[in-house]
Amino acid sequence: MNYRELFHALSPEAALILGALLVLAIDLTIGRKKIAEARWDASVRVALLAIGLAGCFTYALGANGAAFGGALMLDSLARATRFGLLVLAALSLALLPGTARMRHPAEFVAVVLFAAAGFTVMATAQNLLVAFLALELASLSLYVLAGFDKTKPESAEAALKYFLFGGVSAAFLLFGFSLLYGLTASIEIAEISRQLAAAPASPLLVVALVMVLVAFGFKAAAAPFHLWAPDVYQGAPAPAAALIASASKVAGFALFARLLWQGVGDATGQAPLWMLTVAILAGTSLLLGNFVALAQRNLRRLLAYSAIAHAGVMLLGVITGGRLGPAALTYYTFTYGLATVGAFGVIAIVERAGRCQDLGDLAGLHRRSPLLAACLLVFVLSLAGIPPLAGFFGKFILFSHALRLGGLAGPTGWLAFLAIALSAVALYYYLIVLKQAYVVAPSREAEGRIPVPLKPAIALLIAAALLVALGAFPSSALRLMT
Amino acid sequence: MNSLPLLSLIIFAPWIGAALLALLRGASPRTCRTVALLFSLSTLALSTLALTSFDPTRTTPQLVERHAWITALNVHYHLGLDGLSLVLVLLTGIVSPASLLASWQTGRARLFGALFLALQGSALGVFLALDFFHWFLFWELSLVPAFFLIKLWGGAGATRAAYQFVIYTIGGSAFMLVGFAAIFATTGSLDFQQLAQLGADGSLAAKLGAGGVRLVFLGVLLGLAVKTPLWPLHTWQAPAYAEAPTGASMFLAAVMAKMGVYGFLRILWPIFPQPLHDAAPWLLALALGGVVLGAWAAMRQTDLKRMLAYSSLNHVSYCLLALFTVACATGRPGLTGEAATAALAGTILQMFNHGLSAAALFCCIGVLESRAVGKRGLNDFGGVRTAAPVFAGLCGVALFSSLGLPGLNGFVGEFLIFRGVFGLSPASAAVACLGLLGTAVFLLTFWQRVFHGPLGPDVGGALRPDSILGDHSSGPKAPPTKANFPDLRGTELAVLVPLALLMIVLGVAPQLLLRLINPLVTAWAGHLVLP
Amino acid sequence: MSTLPFTIYLSFAGAVLALVAGARSPAAARLVALATSVAGLAIAFFAGAAFTPQAGLQTLVDLPWIAELGIRYHLAADGISLTLVVLTGLAATAGVLFSWNIQERTGEFFALYLALIGGVYGVFLSADAFTLFVFYEIAIVPKYFLIAIWGSTNREHGAMKLVLYSFAGSALVLAGLLWVHAAGAATGFGLSELVMAAARVTPGEQIAMFALVFLGFAVLAGLFPFHTWAPTGHVAAPTAASMLLAGVVMKLGAYGCLRVALPLFPAGFAFWQPTIAWLAVAGILYAGFIALVQDDFKFVIGYSSVSHMGFVLLGLAAGNPQAVAGAVLQMFSHGVIAGLLFAVVGRMIYERTHTRRLADLRGMPLHRALPFAALVFVLAGLASMGMPGFSGFPAEFAILVGTWKTAPVWALAAGAGVVIAAAFTLRAIQVAFFGTTDKSVARPAAAALHLDPITWPERAGAMLLVGATVYLGLNPDTLLDWITPALQSPLMQAALKGGAL
Repeated sequence: MNYRELFHALSPEAALILGALLVLAIDLTIGRKKIAEARWDASVRVALLAIGLAGCFTYALGANGAAFGGALMLDSLARATRFGLLVLAALSLALLPGTARMRHPAEFVAVVLFAAAGFTVMATAQNLLVAFLALELASLSLYVLAGFDKTKPESAEAALKYFLFGGVSAAFLLFGFSLLYGLTASIEIAEISRQLAAAPASPLLVVALVMVLVAFGFKAAAAPFHLWAPDVYQGAPAPAAALIASASKVAGFALFARLLWQGVGDATGQAPLWMLTVAILAGTSLLLGNFVALAQRNLRRLLAYSAIAHAGVMLLGVITGGRLGPAALTYYTFTYGLATVGAFGVIAIVERAGRCQDLGDLAGLHRRSPLLAACLLVFVLSLAGIPPLAGFFGKFILFSHALRLGGLAGPTGWLAFLAIALSAVALYYYLIVLKQAYVVAPSREAEGRIPVPLKPAIALLIAAALLVALGAFPSSALRLMT
Repeated sequence: MNSLPLLSLIIFAPWIGAALLALLRGASPRTCRTVALLFSLSTLALSTLALTSFDPTRTTPQLVERHAWITALNVHYHLGLDGLSLVLVLLTGIVSPASLLASWQTGRARLFGALFLALQGSALGVFLALDFFHWFLFWELSLVPAFFLIKLWGGAGATRAAYQFVIYTIGGSAFMLVGFAAIFATTGSLDFQQLAQLGADGSLAAKLGAGGVRLVFLGVLLGLAVKTPLWPLHTWQAPAYAEAPTGASMFLAAVMAKMGVYGFLRILWPIFPQPLHDAAPWLLALALGGVVLGAWAAMRQTDLKRMLAYSSLNHVSYCLLALFTVACATGRPGLTGEAATAALAGTILQMFNHGLSAAALFCCIGVLESRAVGKRGLNDFGGVRTAAPVFAGLCGVALFSSLGLPGLNGFVGEFLIFRGVFGLSPASAAVACLGLLGTAVFLLTFWQRVFHGPLGPDVGGALRPDSILGDHSSGPKAPPTKANFPDLRGTELAVLVPLALLMIVLGVAPQLLLRLINPLVTAWAGHLVLP
Repeated sequence: MSTLPFTIYLSFAGAVLALVAGARSPAAARLVALATSVAGLAIAFFAGAAFTPQAGLQTLVDLPWIAELGIRYHLAADGISLTLVVLTGLAATAGVLFSWNIQERTGEFFALYLALIGGVYGVFLSADAFTLFVFYEIAIVPKYFLIAIWGSTNREHGAMKLVLYSFAGSALVLAGLLWVHAAGAATGFGLSELVMAAARVTPGEQIAMFALVFLGFAVLAGLFPFHTWAPTGHVAAPTAASMLLAGVVMKLGAYGCLRVALPLFPAGFAFWQPTIAWLAVAGILYAGFIALVQDDFKFVIGYSSVSHMGFVLLGLAAGNPQAVAGAVLQMFSHGVIAGLLFAVVGRMIYERTHTRRLADLRGMPLHRALPFAALVFVLAGLASMGMPGFSGFPAEFAILVGTWKTAPVWALAAGAGVVIAAAFTLRAIQVAFFGTTDKSVARPAAAALHLDPITWPERAGAMLLVGATVYLGLNPDTLLDWITPALQSPLMQAALKGGAL
């Protein structure tokens, strides 16, 4: 137990927190007299600096294994996840100037940084308590972000819903954790694993697992625990929704994959108890997400259901992650996050020039802003899994892993087939979005060109370029994770 | 073996003419017609040239051209000329310019000429090709110009008639194609001579299997039978002949119908001697059906062109009758080659003779139509003999040649056929006599109604405006005069006189043709009938 | 040969360039597109001239790509791919010429068009299943936009249906490929590696895998009863897109069947062979009959494509070198002919008369007003009927020969298909161009129709394709010499032997 070691291991998070404090301080001192635009700009600059610093620290830390007495795990997965989370947070922030018309810019930016800190700790946590604290830090920040737009009742509704569901899920998680602790007398994931391997499976373990999985389901917005997602995606400010949809998923899946495999995994060699449950969650999410998305007329709700469907694929990745490594899952969640951040970024910019709720609000986007339309094309096609974009390769490697895991003998093979089949369904609603953007002429009242501020434009282009580059050369990213 | 590719030249000269016409944009109709006629005459000239170097005593193909073409399908460009081909090439050479002359006044002369020359070249290709691949190419390609000739210059029902004609023929050809695909699949060859060899020694049947050979035989038979046509596959024939413009009708009846019979003799019989022998009794019945019912159907027609169409069915069926009788009798104990030789020689002769008479008769109807604003009903005319004695005389020659009057060419062919058939299958000959009777009845009816009696209400309509307006029924029948039914003009004479002369010459001296084919049919009788 | 991959790169580069140029002037985008497609065609021709046919694929590029899964960027060509690359070059060039009059969003049109072409080239040159699949899917999305933006009748529906069918097909392929990769413990996605992997799975699994992969590809090839996307899609598409869709994209499916499904799963092929053949025959006949009663001219052509692709599938199903060579030849031939037919109907006729209903066209003396269009359509129609002298004939003949060897009854059924093809083509020719000959029906004079004359790009495009079909009809050896050795490769031999009944 060495606090210097702890500070060293958590240097990226320290950078983020300090950055957050700095943002608040600057805004309090200098920003008071400036116009909102300048305040946004300054806050975001500082925050991006902090994130950049955090990135440098992450790089400097390397992948050295357990730290701080096993409470944290600094492996390559943690490093890659941290990088990914920082990129997503940075992109979400870069979308802010000029897109959000909310008051209190510094607070928003600071909360985003807090959330980012929570995410990155989730990625490294190797201890139930650390994991729970990190999760709560991130969640609380997200509740605040979801309700940040105080001018819109939908935003408040979204925040409340998210908070209630999140609170309940936190309670489940804590209950599950306490049962695990009761069973194994430890909060160390490694120790828990050892204890469970030695002891025969008890009914209590089943209860504990069910609790954890329910919480997990809530966090990941997996069916049937998905009910909050459409409302939150619809109501929250676009940058907040981007963060909720992307970084929170990446961090959550990293945490749970670690917890499930390293903690309660198949140390005994047989299929873990929780596998079937996760498989059922995956199947339900795939079916429900894809089919309900077909009926959506609201763009954000459509993205929410698509997120549910993607959660199904990610759950499949959780199953395969144990035997074949978590790289595929991480790659998938990260690239999914990129595409989602991008999509919400486009929504945010379109919203500035008018409304962006219904699909019809995108009509004629190619004429109103060719850049936005082109970016949207990349993001949506990546979500749909069209090569050469990253979304395709993510699916490819995940399904390939799923089938290698015992072929059609286990549920994973069949789930992979289901997911592949449903990707054709998914293409339908993704194309509906693109049809609005490219085929349909703009409506009378929304004909003007959409101004695209420079920074968000760069952010969108970076996201799109990353999707293309990662799709064409996935090896580079995969190497980072293994 | 000639250094000059004479046979290719025969085939492609008309095609070159067609291409030339296609390029002659803006040329006057007169130029176009002249060019077309010149290229059409090339066949006659070149085939006369071929005749000089042709040795009738040799029964194998002469002036052979053979070059590798598609190695993957073992296809060779293979042309050859024997007596059978030569007779038909000569027929084409005579009938084609005649047909063009008969349609001298047709509109859109450039297109008409180009299509006609394309048709002529295709027909020649069929008669000269010795490899299935390009034989079929010519066979199918001949449909295209024929289709457009009927469709674009035909009468009111031409659309349907042309469509029916092509679809029927392709319907048959498709199965022939499948049949040859099967043959190629088993033997790897498409060469008629090689296949005939395989057919003769029975190895084709062995390779295809008993069921296979029967299927393939049926497929090829179907293709040929539709084209010929063999009763009851003839239903496309009457509308097509009736709706086509005069020149096309002449060519269709005179040459294209022979393509089918040629196919029977060149392909079906040599390659499938045994299946043909097995099927011959049935086919014989069908051929008799064609002979008898064709004649009787012709008796019932009031449209002269349809009458001639059925008469064609009747005449061509004689050829098939002879062939099937011979095939049926193959291998019968106590058979002598004499009857078979007669029947086969008659078949070839009949092909030629019918070509001449059908061309002449269709031309005569064209003349009638031109004098009667398109009317060609049996009862629309009368007394033409007095108005147009030259026309009547020439048409009479053609009619009586068709009827088989001794002294004219038609007689020789039919006589030989009947002699052969009677020797081999007296019952068939007896039934076929009913056909002869029918032929006599309708041809004489034609002669009597058109050329004798009072002038029909529509004759000379071109000169009487009232008849165009349609009140011809009430008007008094004017006496036949040269004014309202002018006699033959220059081009019409140019068509009919040579044809009539040929009929007379060949009627008197049939050995002119028989000399060319006798060794061939004797050889056939030798190795196909008496194996 | 080694320049062949540049067909792919040039097309994608051309797509970007056309997009950029199109923002400035439509004419520039057109020129870029024409230059790109002609360059592709030239590369294909030169590669063809330098090509020495031999059994097996000749590697063009082979680089490690995704080491984790053993995926390589492996491009290779044999006679079959080369044939189809040449076809793509021809169809692409003609398509650009027939799209010369696109005014709306020209740059985007040609960008999508060239992207589609690039994907198609990629599929034909891939020797790695992953690479192939990537290009296969790249070719899907541009189709949607090409149809939905520039299409005609019911375009959004047609586009969506077409894309979803193709994508569903590709999903099946993906499932099958991943399955065989996993179940056979393959070290990579190279076709040869997958062949070895497939040899390690049980026959039962092979049967299921073959069904997935073959069906997936065959959907795009228009296998009955999964063909319904084709007519609606082709009808909805703008001319150049219909030309490419029917001419080239349907061939992607057939090519996938031949290159992937057959060599990988000989046992599966043997099991499914009769089913495929009967479905192919059903497609030939069914689509032919439907084409016979259509009133929309373009639907006639659309269904005729399905019918003709039935011959390709039948040839593949017959599974012997002769039939498969015929099938490849038929792919080429149909690519050219379908291109011509769609060009005449979509560009020469529809854009001038603004109707495609045969009932309306019947009243117009089109053969006088547009003699060139009539001539081209007649030639293309004859070729489509399988008239000797055009490319369709040697192809159909080879297919019939091969099919007879496998099962005579299929050959007979296909023979009936030839007749139906003749019937509907002839009907279309005479109704659309030569109208009624009934003199009592008043018909406008040719000059009264005020139809624009045929432009030079149209003439050039039509000449190019007519020349191709006639040349190949008289010299099928040119392509057969490429194709036949390619079928001698061990990969193909395994499938073709396994396919003997």
